[in-house]
Amino acid sequence: MQRHPLWTLAAVFTLTLSSLSAQAKYNGEDRGRPVMPAQSNAKWQAECSGCHLAFPPGLLPAPSWQKLMGGLDKHFGTDASLSPADTKEITDFLVRNASNRWTASTAPLKITDSEWFKTKHRAGEINPAVWKRESVKSQSNCMACHRGADKGEFDEDTVRIPK
Amino acid sequence: MKFQRHIATLFTSLAFALPLVANANAVLDDYKTQAKTENPAFKDFSAAAGQRLYSTQGPNQLSCSSCHTDSPKNAGKHAKTNKAIDPMAPSVNPQRFTDATKVEKWFKRNCNDALGRACTTQEKGDFLTYLLSVK
Repeated sequence: MQRHPLWTLAAVFTLTLSSLSAQAKYNGEDRGRPVMPAQSNAKWQAECSGCHLAFPPGLLPAPSWQKLMGGLDKHFGTDASLSPADTKEITDFLVRNASNRWTASTAPLKITDSEWFKTKHRAGEINPAVWKRESVKSQSNCMACHRGADKGEFDEDTVRIPK
Repeated sequence: MKFQRHIATLFTSLAFALPLVANANAVLDDYKTQAKTENPAFKDFSAAAGQRLYSTQGPNQLSCSSCHTDSPKNAGKHAKTNKAIDPMAPSVNPQRFTDATKVEKWFKRNCNDALGRACTTQEKGDFLTYLLSVK
């Protein structure tokens, strides 16, 4: 008995699909949707943007934000401490709007350490020399290429890599 | 004649008073009160000492000028993130040093970063006196 070739194709397709879904996207380290909540918070905006882009809450899971906000006096080599009241208000906002698609038990402190970030910014995709440009300076400088990052806009089509 | 002399006196006193008013700062006054409480021998703050502090490098090879440039009248740039920093001298940026909570927040952070320790009230007052004197 000979099976129709289309059956074989269907079987292969189903197998591929199931193996894909068994391995969660970005190993479970996916940013949320949306990355930026509709309702913002004035304290979060003012305090975080005092030194850098106020990174959208959906870029990391809740445990990451809790860890980060618990160590502001040693914030990537800088003292960024806030009053206890401000720390609490901002932590609550970040946790409430953290990534809703992060399934892994990981909680990186750096957005750039997350699997979704590394996959999206692979060396084959972006020349590693780009990060060293004075206009970019570091991987944490989202705004250098994503001009709408402060509004939570990271669409691939609007990326413009500066000279 | 008498009237003219009055006018002259008025202008002379204004000429003396205006620079004082321009330098008046409520946050600095608070530091002065605090310094007197902490140290009965306290005399006054010194702009020269404040200027020295501005360029003092701490254990991390950082000073105020690392981010705020050699002159507090210039716009600065965050050494790590590239973020633009508005000038610190009130003569070019009148919003500076008008909010005591904000001033304290930044003294805590930046003294730690630049000097690796907290600043004393004397140092904070010296620093403010220097910045207010920069025209």
